[in-house]
Amino acid sequence: MLGGITIKEKAQILDREGIRRSLTRIAHEIIERNKGAEGLALVGIRKRGAPLAGRLAERIMDIEGRRVDVGVLDITLYRDDLSTLAYQPLVRSTEVPFPVDGKIVVLVDDVIYTGRTIRAAMGALIDLGRPRAIQLAALIDRGHRELPIRADYVGKNVPTAKKEEVAVLLQEIDGEERVIILETPD
Amino acid sequence: MRLRGKDMVGLRNSTAQEIELILNTAEAMKGIVNRQIKKVPTLRGRTVITVFYEASTRTRTSFELAAKYLSADTVGVAAATSSVSKGESLKDTARNIAAMGADVVVLRHPMAGAAELLAGTLKASVINAGDGAHEHPSQGLLDLFTAREKKGRLEGLKVAIIGDIMHSRVARSDIWGYTRMGAEVRLAGPSTLMPKDIEKMGAKVCGNIEEALADADVINVLRIQTERQQQGLFPGLREYSRMFCVNRERLRLAAPDALLMHPGPMNRGIEISPDVADGLQSVITEQVTNGVAVRMALLYLLIGGGAR
Repeated sequence: MLGGITIKEKAQILDREGIRRSLTRIAHEIIERNKGAEGLALVGIRKRGAPLAGRLAERIMDIEGRRVDVGVLDITLYRDDLSTLAYQPLVRSTEVPFPVDGKIVVLVDDVIYTGRTIRAAMGALIDLGRPRAIQLAALIDRGHRELPIRADYVGKNVPTAKKEEVAVLLQEIDGEERVIILETPD
Repeated sequence: MRLRGKDMVGLRNSTAQEIELILNTAEAMKGIVNRQIKKVPTLRGRTVITVFYEASTRTRTSFELAAKYLSADTVGVAAATSSVSKGESLKDTARNIAAMGADVVVLRHPMAGAAELLAGTLKASVINAGDGAHEHPSQGLLDLFTAREKKGRLEGLKVAIIGDIMHSRVARSDIWGYTRMGAEVRLAGPSTLMPKDIEKMGAKVCGNIEEALADADVINVLRIQTERQQQGLFPGLREYSRMFCVNRERLRLAAPDALLMHPGPMNRGIEISPDVADGLQSVITEQVTNGVAVRMALLYLLIGGGAR
């Protein structure tokens, strides 16, 4: 049961090893694209983008021997659907304890879908300062964009139907580590 | 989870879970107040009207900034400049304001129960910004927020409230709030200004200020409201200061890391000595910042999304 609707698991897309490999590749791509880790910052979008940003920072440390700034963004106050939601989302803290001005900020999220979360996140980030560039990393791209937004780094592209859900389960939050597709019956 | 009612008229009716939700939300809001760009788009297109039948600069400014930081539009109505002085009743004033499409009415009124009365007649959310000697919930919440932020908890804290309890709505909101969160509240002040049944609210009345301050973790010094003193209940400023002024020696009776609070504006040298007011234990200025954060939290929780 999720949100009062029975949901059944349809397929597993990534297991623990799959997630690990995807993140390692993304870390390499980030470094390659930006010619190193200098001036780089990783900002995870609550909730599951936060641990993913931390893990990417660890890998970049392993590869480049350089510590990059890591932050967490809460986008609740920037959502464009607040007045239409049936529930009131909890507001949590944004923790970006470094100046974003002049930095290349890589936003990190678990799934990119309509693009609205990313739009809100860019608004939230720009209110903190003026990054030199904003890039986007997502573990899963499930398509169905409603805004002209794309990810720069993708772990896995997964074509989905709109009635399906993608669930990213992470050790830090869910106590298990895998990505699955859920199906909501009509 | 969200607040149960559409209004915030007092902490008497708030549950511990609701208070915790407000304080947690205020924590996130404080992050915005401390930013260079103090603006989030959350309440775009919403309107907050402040209606003040009593003088106030701090509370009113605090509510207006809170609304503006959340991108709501604000309009202020001051009783002296409005139709109120033509004798328009509270309900009529409010109805007209609501008809203009206000989402929130922030009301300060000299009569206890005014906010509740309004809440019952309006569809809009009503926030009580002080009604007579009844309640001032946003001040109570910012006191709780400041104490929790500094002490890491509210449960088990010893809180001393010093001064004119009878005329203090801040004291009442504090007592409801602190006791609901599991803190111990002690009161001290002139016996003529100590309401007879105040212990029924869960606070302990102390015979003298020393007893109230002993090992206290939080000291809230109330303002002597000279404008409300009639009927010879007040002992006189010099006498009051001698018996109840929180000064350096008395502060030593409290816990070494006790917090000193005051709802403002201060009468320096009467209820609080200047060195203590500006001393290391004073969190009076921070209370003001926290007030904006707490009011942002209230606005978000009352009208920020999620169809009610």
